[in-house]
Amino acid sequence: MNDNTNKSRREFLLTGLLASAAVAGCSDKNNPFSTEDQVALTGQKVKLLSVDGEVIEIDKAFLKPVPDTPQLSNSEERRGIPGKKFVMVIDLSRCKNLRRCQSACNHMHQVHPGQNWIKVLGMEDADHTAPYWQPTTCMHCDEPPCVKVCPVDATFKRQDGIVLIDSDRCIGCRFCMAACPYSTRVFNWEEPILTEEVADQPYSCETSMPQKRGTVGKCDFCPDMSRKGELPHCVSACPNGVFMFGDMNEDSVTNGAESFRFSDLIKDKAGYRLMEDLGTKPSVYYLPPVNRNFPYESGLENEYKPDHLYEDAKLSIKKN
Amino acid sequence: MEKSTSISTLTSDQITRDLLPQKFGKRGMIWTGILIVVSLFGLFAYARQLRYGLIVTHMRDYVSWGIYISNFVFFVAISLVGSLITAIFRLTNVKWRTPITRIAEIIAVSNIVFAALIIVVDMGRPERFMNLVLHGRIQSPILWDVIVISTYFFISILLLYFPLLPDLKILLKFKKQTGKRLNKLYRFQGSFWKGTKEQMHISDRSISILCIVIIPVAFMIHTVTSWLFATTYRPGWDSTNFGAYFISGAFLAGAGAVAVAMYVFRKAYKLEKYITDMHFERMGRIVVMLALVYLYFNVNEFLTPAFKMKESERSLILQLFVGSYAPMFWFAILVGMIIPIIILVFKKGRRPLPMFIVGIMVVVGAWFKRYIIVTPTLLHPFLPMQNVPENFKYYFPSWEEWAIAGGSLAGALLVITFFARIYPIIPIQETIDEQNELNEKNEKDESK
Repeated sequence: MNDNTNKSRREFLLTGLLASAAVAGCSDKNNPFSTEDQVALTGQKVKLLSVDGEVIEIDKAFLKPVPDTPQLSNSEERRGIPGKKFVMVIDLSRCKNLRRCQSACNHMHQVHPGQNWIKVLGMEDADHTAPYWQPTTCMHCDEPPCVKVCPVDATFKRQDGIVLIDSDRCIGCRFCMAACPYSTRVFNWEEPILTEEVADQPYSCETSMPQKRGTVGKCDFCPDMSRKGELPHCVSACPNGVFMFGDMNEDSVTNGAESFRFSDLIKDKAGYRLMEDLGTKPSVYYLPPVNRNFPYESGLENEYKPDHLYEDAKLSIKKN
Repeated sequence: MEKSTSISTLTSDQITRDLLPQKFGKRGMIWTGILIVVSLFGLFAYARQLRYGLIVTHMRDYVSWGIYISNFVFFVAISLVGSLITAIFRLTNVKWRTPITRIAEIIAVSNIVFAALIIVVDMGRPERFMNLVLHGRIQSPILWDVIVISTYFFISILLLYFPLLPDLKILLKFKKQTGKRLNKLYRFQGSFWKGTKEQMHISDRSISILCIVIIPVAFMIHTVTSWLFATTYRPGWDSTNFGAYFISGAFLAGAGAVAVAMYVFRKAYKLEKYITDMHFERMGRIVVMLALVYLYFNVNEFLTPAFKMKESERSLILQLFVGSYAPMFWFAILVGMIIPIIILVFKKGRRPLPMFIVGIMVVVGAWFKRYIIVTPTLLHPFLPMQNVPENFKYYFPSWEEWAIAGGSLAGALLVITFFARIYPIIPIQETIDEQNELNEKNEKDESK
């Protein structure tokens, strides 16, 4: 604490806040995790905007990288992001069963081979009605039947509307799976296949990783991405802009390329939710498959063959 | 006094000698050996499940509950009979209950224990069982089940134990016959019992209170178990009829089990003087009444949805009535209810051997009935079964599941078998008391 004892608390906070934007500017010599505050000044100055709106100039050496996702405590993860009410809109007229959403989600969450948190269902409501592709995520219901039946508070509803699972607490009774009318939940019947890096992490409810054997998993609306100001993996992976994600309180949703006022979108395109009669009050809205961008048949070539994937993966487990 | 049963000629010495627990004979050894082997095999299968996870079962994401859960429902159902025969018969002062109360009560205790165990087997994380206490949320029907099942267990144990105390006092006198080790056990459990008036009074009062308390608790264990299903939205489970439907089925299954046990104990321990044809006759009447009640609730459960054929229920009902589950569905209805009713309405059908066969039919029918309640529903979710491997779309238990389910059934029978080896399966003191009462009455009649 030699020459930076006089650094004000404001500047100290400032560095923390803006550091992630400036990680690239850090000199390699500075160990970002050093506990010592001794900093060798580089002489290079950077201009930053403080929270008060002032432009200030500090030495580059004071910029510290912060970890990509700050570790949140379990109670913070259970509380949710204040002031938010997340909502998703899925436009069925844009879906052609590409399943990029599915593969991105499976990849990013290291979902067990053969299982999916997002399913793209080939739907046909009645004999003579038109078939369509329906991506199905967790509905993040406002009256979640799964949360009602969980005996240990392992699956819970947050104030930002997201329903998550605490795999460190789940006892694996699978009552939630029986209770969910959307069949969205999957169970880790065997040891999950994880990359080493993920397997060593402590479990986080927000990333839903690492999945644990004998517990339940499901779509989590990627709150870790929301904390970073980014979109869930399925939304950004879809080339057709089927998924729109946003905040009900801000009344806006976006698929990355386009943004909409949520209420207008639902009004104009007659948005609806699945199984409204059950009273589960989902947070996922669907726009009906009218004026479609693609014919239904164009999606048939992507029909999913999970059996092969599953068997391949099983082989790879055995080899290891 | 031609009409009075053969019991009236027995002296208390003879009763005691007849009812003392006996060593296993050759058949008893074989029976116990088979049960131990089956239980151990179940344990081996469970060790595999612990090692590899629930992947060794054939349950998957759609059929997430299988044979373990239906077996659990079966155990809870059978267990209910303890309250029927011990409590309801005692409170309504049914005289002929004496020789079958203890049989019913040990069936109740052993089955409720294995109901709890099989639930632990079904858990993905059995080592986190304590989370139910640490993080328990009272709004979940599972927690209700934990509470009522443990309550029922303790009441049943006490209802087994209190009436046993006078018998323990008798057993202590027979150190030579029972052996040193058992004598030690009897001493530990019952040496404080002197049979004084005060003790008798306390014991009688406690038993009366327990008998009253156990009835609502018994209704709760099976009603709450039915709510595990009825609190979900699923077609086939989403029914307001479920509590009554389960309770009536449980009474029937338990009564059938008691009929089987009565026959087996009578044969094995030569108890013809105590468990008489009259007992089978009376039990037969009860079983036929319970079967009719259960049939009534079955009609209730299926007729109205089948009449309406709502889209969500349609495919399930068709699969049960005429589809791939039809053989099992009609087997459970015919063998579990209708044929027993037909046999039992005839007087000849209520004799010991036909009652034994009917009892087996009822119990086997009841087991398959539970399977048919749990599994087919899960194969009819609201959204189509897609994007999953082919083996997620059907269910037939794996050998590990069969072994564990079979092992648990064998375990329950083993508990009953060992109980009958250690304790008198027919209450000695009560039988003697009844005998004395009868003798007094006879003397009075004669002196008149």
